[in-house]
Amino acid sequence: MIITWLYYLLVAYAVVLMVWNLIRSRKWQEEVLYVVVLLPFVLRLLRLK
Amino acid sequence: MSAAALRKALIVALGAVLAVFAGLSFHAGRFLKEPVVAGPGVARVATLGEYFAPIKGTANDANVYILEGPKPGGTFLVLGGSHPEEPAGRLTTWLLAENAVLEQGRLIVLNSANRSASTVTRPSGAYPASYAIKTAWGEQTFRMGDRWSNPLDQWPDPEVYIHYPSKQNLAYMDIRNLNRDWPGRPNGTLTEKTCYALVQLINKESVDVVIDLHEAELQYPVISTIVAHPKGLDTAAMASMTLTDEEFKIGMEKSPAELRGLSHREIGDFTKAVPLLFESPEPFLDATRGRTDARLLLEGKDDFVVRAGKRGLLFEKIDEKGWPIDVRVGRHCSTLIQILSVWSSDHADKAVVMTGVPKYAEIIKQGVGAYLHDPAKADPKKVFFE
Repeated sequence: MIITWLYYLLVAYAVVLMVWNLIRSRKWQEEVLYVVVLLPFVLRLLRLK
Repeated sequence: MSAAALRKALIVALGAVLAVFAGLSFHAGRFLKEPVVAGPGVARVATLGEYFAPIKGTANDANVYILEGPKPGGTFLVLGGSHPEEPAGRLTTWLLAENAVLEQGRLIVLNSANRSASTVTRPSGAYPASYAIKTAWGEQTFRMGDRWSNPLDQWPDPEVYIHYPSKQNLAYMDIRNLNRDWPGRPNGTLTEKTCYALVQLINKESVDVVIDLHEAELQYPVISTIVAHPKGLDTAAMASMTLTDEEFKIGMEKSPAELRGLSHREIGDFTKAVPLLFESPEPFLDATRGRTDARLLLEGKDDFVVRAGKRGLLFEKIDEKGWPIDVRVGRHCSTLIQILSVWSSDHADKAVVMTGVPKYAEIIKQGVGAYLHDPAKADPKKVFFE
């Protein structure tokens, strides 16, 4: 159970990093990439897989 | 709003649309309700948690359909959904729970032996989330499922899975494989606890024979066969010979003593019951398959698998007709009926006499859907959900 919670914390941390990078990005190609990569992380946080 | 902010908002919105579609698909795969109309033979519907309390309320607290005849006799347990991605096994249990009538003895049926595994599909496998069987009253939809328990229910996997109690090293993900976790343990993972609960059921209900329904890829040598524990070799051999003579070719194999965790080995070693495992051919599982969709799952037709057969790479024949689901379910039903017949001839005091379940030729002629009942027209008290 502790490992599961740590896992979700790591996923949430990755989401925060990618959203932060998305906000700071100036290239639309990178923004699309961040959003695509975000999808599985967000679904994982919602326990949908 | 600046142009850059507008662009980001648009990209995020498009991503959200994709996330919604993907999320709905995953949600449907996990929470789709599959109705079972309990047939005239069902005396009681229990849950697995009644046999082992820690399973109660978990993803694997499966329904247990208990069919009972007026005359005392033996008890058979049929497990569908040990590997839910092998749908002929689960569909066979639907036909049993909805149609079987016991004249003597008892039949206990689990449609979802590993219910958790039926709520997930294989990562990167491009599996369909569900499949539908046509009936006279419409379509009945079933979850596709996978071979392993859902990681949402059991996680993380170990580096190496050490089977209990043999200590044999097995592949790490097989700690979530119901047919590698027998006989289970009370303080183990969800899948191990599920096997332990099933062993408690076998002991408490004094089960004589356990039938574990499976399917196999054509590139796997254990196919179109009955795998029998040494205690069940005579029964399996007689059924195999009779079926091959009268209905279709089916082999018989002895459960290897060195390969641990499987139902046909551990149930025989750790309980009084005789375990038998049925395998029918499922081209959907072959590595050389083409498009992995519900059509392939149900029709069993695949040009690439046919080509593999022409190159001598398969352990079962296949042609352009494929291996349709009706043929595969028909094989399981007829094999069970034949095993019941052989067992009852050899064990008069433990006989189990079942009627109402169609055989191979009948299922091919009518289709599996002809034996599924409309839950909308059934007495709501008779409708259960998997």
